Amino acid sequence: MSVLRSALIPLIAVTLALVVGAILIATSGSSPVEAYSALIEGSFFGWESFGTTLEKATPLIMGGLAVAFAFKAGLFNIGGQGQLLFGALIAGAVGYGFTGLPWIIHMPLALLLGAVAGAAWGAIPGILKATRGAHEVITTIMLNFVAANMAEWLATKVWRKEGDILVRTPIIEDSAEIPTWGHVPLGFFIAVAFALAIWFLLQRTTFGFEIRSVGLNPSAAGYAGISVKRIIVLTMTISGFLAAIGGSIETLGVVGRYEPGVNAGLGFDGITIALLARTHPIAVIPAAILIAAMNASASLMQFKAGVAPEIVDVIEALILLFVATPIIVRWFVKSRQDDGVSVGATWGST
Amino acid sequence: MTTLAGRLVRYRWWLVVIIGITAFTLFTGDFRLDPTTAILAATLRHSTPLVLGAMCGILSERSGVVNIGIEGQMLMSAFAGFMVASGSQSLLMGVAAGITVGALMGAALAGLSVTLKGDQIIAGTVLNIAAIGLTSFFFTQGRSLPGKTPIIRLGPLADLPVIGKVFFINPPITYVSLLLVVALWYALFRTTWGLHTRAVGEHPSAAETVGISVVRMRYLNLILGGAIAGLAGAYLSLEAVGSFERGMTNGKGFVALAVMIFGRWNPVGAWGAALLFGYTNAIQTQFQFRGWFTDHPQFVGMLPFIVTIIVLAGFVGRARPPASLGQPYDRE
Repeated sequence: MSVLRSALIPLIAVTLALVVGAILIATSGSSPVEAYSALIEGSFFGWESFGTTLEKATPLIMGGLAVAFAFKAGLFNIGGQGQLLFGALIAGAVGYGFTGLPWIIHMPLALLLGAVAGAAWGAIPGILKATRGAHEVITTIMLNFVAANMAEWLATKVWRKEGDILVRTPIIEDSAEIPTWGHVPLGFFIAVAFALAIWFLLQRTTFGFEIRSVGLNPSAAGYAGISVKRIIVLTMTISGFLAAIGGSIETLGVVGRYEPGVNAGLGFDGITIALLARTHPIAVIPAAILIAAMNASASLMQFKAGVAPEIVDVIEALILLFVATPIIVRWFVKSRQDDGVSVGATWGST
Repeated sequence: MTTLAGRLVRYRWWLVVIIGITAFTLFTGDFRLDPTTAILAATLRHSTPLVLGAMCGILSERSGVVNIGIEGQMLMSAFAGFMVASGSQSLLMGVAAGITVGALMGAALAGLSVTLKGDQIIAGTVLNIAAIGLTSFFFTQGRSLPGKTPIIRLGPLADLPVIGKVFFINPPITYVSLLLVVALWYALFRTTWGLHTRAVGEHPSAAETVGISVVRMRYLNLILGGAIAGLAGAYLSLEAVGSFERGMTNGKGFVALAVMIFGRWNPVGAWGAALLFGYTNAIQTQFQFRGWFTDHPQFVGMLPFIVTIIVLAGFVGRARPPASLGQPYDRE
């Protein structure tokens, strides 16, 4: 019952966004019914499209988890894009550079080292916030741009196969691949496992309790003897780790090598998903599948109904709009639930 | 004499920075007048969208509302300006459309954060994501502008050595941005309106008790700020590039926030900070021209962003934001 209640606001937000999206589709001269049936067909009909949806959902789950986890400590990690990029790149480098290892060692090693690289990248804004008071919203975005340049340089100058015209790393060894069973990708289940682990960490451990205390009231947490600075740095590090796992799985399980730009925009999707899930780690899974379904079927929507695929981004923005302003949804349903996340009050404070 | 010596000691790091930058500029300019002037002129051009964006941020934050949606406001305005200008074949109409859409985006932020009392950072993020989605959805290739906004020579001033070429041979929005810096500084610190704006940002309930409407002042500032961000957007598509590209703001709205903090929420300070950031962009072009780092352009490309981080980490501790920043105002 309580699960149903807390799912109500996101469901209404999604419905409202789809209604407004339908109006937009109609004004651009296409049929909303055709567009939305193509959306469902392209994402859930048949194992192949369902497999594609799960494949696209995987980095989104990790991106959503990264944002949701940071939210729990009152931090807003917009740096998922850069952290994911480092994960994808380092996993690709380890995946092709280490040879002769058995799968049981090589694949987890590539996954882990990619994630560690992202964790280190995520730690930087954490340290800057804890020691210098630089707000993570700006530093993470700046680091996204730095990461894009760094990754391009590494993929061009350091790890590119000689003679390759494109900026990309060589194809990874078979022993580093994350397999797909039929059409069902293993990577998806890794992401689900992380979602469960993060839920456990937050709800059932002392460390998770400390994180949530800092998120609810940093000064009270400080008086209670929790080192707020330590929590800020650790939370950002773990958040970067999670985002980078998404990038690593993308390289090892989907693309097979690192290519820049392949994950463009995923960092922002993570924000939508985290808010849609109301920062609940397990609710991130269905939220990510929803966004993935829209992304997976955007081209079929264009093919069948003649709608520009960018409508998906517009619907996403609308979902975020309706989720972020619970008052709009309140017009439709009476709910005494609290309003979810608040990060604005930490702006500029040290 | 002691005061001069005292000042020299007090501002010694600024002196080091200024002398360092001057020497470096002369060096990259090959110690010749023309390339050095070109670097300075490019610095001013690159700083224009940043100082405009920063002024949008100053108006919002001085009245107590965090605005991380500047990026989205600029992108939407750049798009609207381009579409209207290419449709009507009038650049003036385009600039007007950019300003209008920017103001509307400001009103949207006000609606989300002041009226609906949503989280201000999330509200700004909504604007940013919506701008990316809407501009990509409605953008169609193959439109073109009737040229870019023309460069205007300001009579005899333009003939002055160095200064003339840097300050008095510019396109219109660049001139307007310079005037706005002075006007906004005056308005914020020397008029009743400015006093009310700052009061609302520092202590809204005290402001309300003396009869200043917090809601009204915040709406007013966000809409005005949005219009200025709109001008920055119009600058990008109609004055700098002469076209629209998806995601053409490329983080400038966020750099503008760093400029605002570095300039200590003061228009004149922000102008100085914007020049510093414009400079890091300008020397990139000069590096390319001189053939430096052409094998590793990525390191030059990340320079402005690294400078932003260093500035934030180095200066934010000493700069104090308006006291009630980020908190929705609830009249008890």
